[in-house]
This record gives sequence, structure tokens and C-alpha cells, in this order.
Amino acid sequence: MKQFRTNDLILKTTTTIIAFVILAFSIYLFLAGHNAPGGGFIGGLMTAAAIVLLYIAFGIGTMARVFKWSSTTLIAVGLLTAIATGIGSFLFKQPFLSHTFGHFHLPFVGDFELATAMLFDLGVYFTVIGVTMTIILTIADDQNEEKSELG
Amino acid sequence: MSDLLTNVTLICLILLGACMLLLLYRVIIGPSNPDRAVALDTIGVIIIAMSGLLAILTETTYFNDIILLVGILTFIGTVALAKFLEKGVIIERDRN
Repeated sequence: MKQFRTNDLILKTTTTIIAFVILAFSIYLFLAGHNAPGGGFIGGLMTAAAIVLLYIAFGIGTMARVFKWSSTTLIAVGLLTAIATGIGSFLFKQPFLSHTFGHFHLPFVGDFELATAMLFDLGVYFTVIGVTMTIILTIADDQNEEKSELG
Repeated sequence: MSDLLTNVTLICLILLGACMLLLLYRVIIGPSNPDRAVALDTIGVIIIAMSGLLAILTETTYFNDIILLVGILTFIGTVALAKFLEKGVIIERDRN
């Protein structure tokens, strides 16, 4: 007899709300890292937690249609961003990885301090998301699973 | 910080510690695995309450991020544990 597929409507509905809350919190943690607890590492971990929650609720098949980026690409993008901020300091005849900051006048925000250390943090952020998702999805997606189910 | 607030916070911390010991008893003894999952979820809630009280005791606001963080991690952990107990897999291959 074919087994019925269980209906986890409550989990899916809660996930669609809570995933956005977790994503907003992760972006807050990422931006707050300069003056408060937080930063690229814990922000990336929280974003990965939101994506893992989506994977738990919807499964790999559905999420593969939503997230087109492979997680190994994210590692490369993050590492390239971090290296580019280091190399960028060569353009101003400064040693490797020297960072600077400046005060800018942004619309709607007013005077705001922008630091190039945030770009390095962005690289950390992407790398942490990529590594975490690669680990979890590699463990979850077993290639021999279908064979063992059939046999 | 006033003397009364310190005393009340310390008493609340001690009571929460007693609650956590009782929950630990349920985690160790608990006849079935869902009992343990519920007890671990409640331990997460108690950790949230304890960090809130610690934020009062040490007069800092830096614990507020930790509170939200532990809440999110407890939720995701409980969802993953519940899904494992129910279906045996946490991330399914294809649902549709």
C-alpha cells in the first residue's frame, strides 16, 4: 500500500513568516558588527540557519528551484571579495589589507560612517554561508539513498 | 541598581536553576524520545530567561542579541528534532 505523504501545513506556514524574521535579524547582526556584538560570522550563520529552516520545511527538490546559486560558488565569491578589499589598498599605495573609513551624506540617513572593513566582513559573510550550506547539504543529500529505498 | 532589584533577580535565577535541574531529570529519565525533545526545548526557553536576568544583573544591553539568537536556535533545533522523530529524515530529497 502506498504510504500517504504527511501534510505539514503548520510548519510551512510558520516557516514562511519566521524565515524572514531570521533573515532580517542576520542582516542586523551583520551591520551591527562594528559597534556592537555581531559581525560577518554570526550573521552568516544566522542566514544559513534561515536557509536550513526553509530546507527542512520544503525539501531539497523545491529549494533547488528557488536557490539557483550553488553553495560552493558562494565560498568563491566570499573569498574573492575579501581578497579584493586587501588588493584594493594597493591602488592607494598602502600595505596589504589597510582599511579606511569616511563620513558620507546619504539620502534618508544623514551623515553616516562607511568603512571598507565592512566589505571584508561581507566576504566573511558569504564564505560562512557557503561553507555551512555546503556541509549541511552534502550530508543531507546522500547519493545512495534511492538505491537503499528500492532494495 | 537598587538593592531590591538585585535580590529579586538573584531569586529568579535560583528558581530558574531549580527548574533546569528538574528538566534535566526529565531529559535523562524521560521514558520516550519526544519527552526529551520537549524538555530540551524548555531548557532553551530557560536559557533565554536566564540571559535576560543576567542582562539585568550586569546592567548591559549586549545580551539582547543573545536572547534572540538562542530563541531562533532553539526553534530550529526543535523543528529538526521533531522532524527526525517523525520521519527519520530532516531534509527530504523531493517533496513534490
